[in-house]
Amino acid sequence: MAVFEREALAPSEALARRITIWSRLRKRPLFWLAFSIAAVLVLIAIAPGAFAGWFGHGDPLACDLTDSGRGPGGGHPFGFDIQGCDVYANVVYGARDSISIGLLVTALSLVAAVPLGCLAGYYGRLIDALLSRVADIFFGFPFLLGAVVILSTFRLRDVVSVSVTLALFIWPVLARLMRASVLQVKQLEYVEAARSLGASDARIIRHHILPNAIAPVIVISTITVGSVIAAEAALTFLGVGLQYPAISWGLQLAQAQTNFQQHPHLLIFPGLFLSATVFSFILLGETLQNAIDARA
Amino acid sequence: MGSYVVRRLLQALVVFVGVTMLIYGAVFLLPGDPIRALSPNRPLPPNVVAQLRHQFDLDAPIWQQYLNYVGNVVRGNLGTDFFGRPVLGLMKERWPVTLRLAATAWFFEIVLGVGLGVWAALRRGRVADYTILGAGIAIISIPAFVLAFTAQLLLGVQAGVFPVAGTQDGWPMSYVLPGFILGAFGLASVSRLVRSTMAENLQADYIRTAHAKGASPARIVLRHALRNSLIPAVTYLALDLGTLLGGTVIVEGIFNLPGVGQLLFSGIQQQNGPVIVGVSTTLVLIFLLLNLVVDLLYAVLDPRIRLD
Repeated sequence: MAVFEREALAPSEALARRITIWSRLRKRPLFWLAFSIAAVLVLIAIAPGAFAGWFGHGDPLACDLTDSGRGPGGGHPFGFDIQGCDVYANVVYGARDSISIGLLVTALSLVAAVPLGCLAGYYGRLIDALLSRVADIFFGFPFLLGAVVILSTFRLRDVVSVSVTLALFIWPVLARLMRASVLQVKQLEYVEAARSLGASDARIIRHHILPNAIAPVIVISTITVGSVIAAEAALTFLGVGLQYPAISWGLQLAQAQTNFQQHPHLLIFPGLFLSATVFSFILLGETLQNAIDARA
Repeated sequence: MGSYVVRRLLQALVVFVGVTMLIYGAVFLLPGDPIRALSPNRPLPPNVVAQLRHQFDLDAPIWQQYLNYVGNVVRGNLGTDFFGRPVLGLMKERWPVTLRLAATAWFFEIVLGVGLGVWAALRRGRVADYTILGAGIAIISIPAFVLAFTAQLLLGVQAGVFPVAGTQDGWPMSYVLPGFILGAFGLASVSRLVRSTMAENLQADYIRTAHAKGASPARIVLRHALRNSLIPAVTYLALDLGTLLGGTVIVEGIFNLPGVGQLLFSGIQQQNGPVIVGVSTTLVLIFLLLNLVVDLLYAVLDPRIRLD
């Protein structure tokens, strides 16, 4: 009986659906565009050293004040910043913290949101009411504002503390989505069938509800990676995000703020990399969403 | 309906208490001693410090402080900040600037967002549609402060079309550029929302019926398709007004507009607790009120919700 239930019902449906989505996704040039930008940036984040040295000056901390603010030139395609450091090397090394925060925040939020959303959606009642009110509290004030207030209470702000703060405001969004998705899946026939075959709640949630309800959460999580990276840059720019000596796009842009009129390259290159990163994750989520929606 | 309203109000109350407690706790945890910061160079005599602590209620335990504060807020008293300025007075100077800025941004979101969304839906799958889609994702991807600097440099400094910063040109000139940048993210979202619902509705049976009855294309688009496509956009727009008010921190800073965003940010930098709590509390109140209005409006429009 158990074999029949596992092989023939929900998982095969989820699997078939995944295969359809993938075959649809595979044909979309926009998906491949987004995927390749994101993949290159993740590679840069993992091994910045391999990319920074391309033009012969790979050390982001090798600075000479006589080069301060000099524009792009031979061996330094992005020019120099105010401290005389190579902008290209700094931009390349800046990818790591931004992408780490984007992924870490999303992972932390998912760890809280998926189980809580599942429980709230499946059992309803008290746990649902409790979760909804807690989520409401974090929705209660604008995200940026809340993050500014909380982050300014930290003395030391590194990748982990910034990520935890941002995750505090992101998880309710994903938990709500998970809950809504579970509510929909819960009513489907194969869940009913599994229950009448005597499957336990834990088994129904793990094998039947979760695989079929997770898709919209994955889509929004992908988009969230992009929005979190943008939010981190904004907070760092405001002075409540990452701090020196971290190498971060937000810090580079904050530094560019005072003199970008004389040295526009200080604004353009970090801004370009930051925007491209956000763009690739948002577009990835969008194409994924379209592939899933087209199913209906 | 009555019980739904009561339940919804109670929920809003719970959230309000939770959020204000969170803010109060965060401010309490801010590093540094605000009383000592008043006179950084010469230490104040202990009796003056004790007097000031008593005056600002800092000698009470935090829960007592919070209760006293809420009690005062309910009576309409937001207290004075650590420099002795009444918080309400500070906000009265700042709110008009922020409201003008948010209203300008909102205007762009409504007019351009809905307009472009409709246009894209009508030109579905053609160049205009893809251009609007691409531009939308691009605008969402560029962080507001990068967009603000670029616009300030290109349109303010180099082209001289708009004032670079400050409010001396008054509304609308000083507010157009910052307002557009503040609203850019929402504008793109609204246009995408309108496009997708409208494109779906344009294929509905009642549109074919309207065509068959011989209704004019303009009437079909405006009366039939658009009207039924606006609900998600209206919800988004109502809720986004709260986000706009909170998002002014960055734009006000870059364009040097003396609004509540700047007030809040300088309050955080100066560890000025009463200002932080006062401004955040008003923002939260507005945010909750907007949420409440949207939910109640929904209940009026859709009977299924209030019976739930």
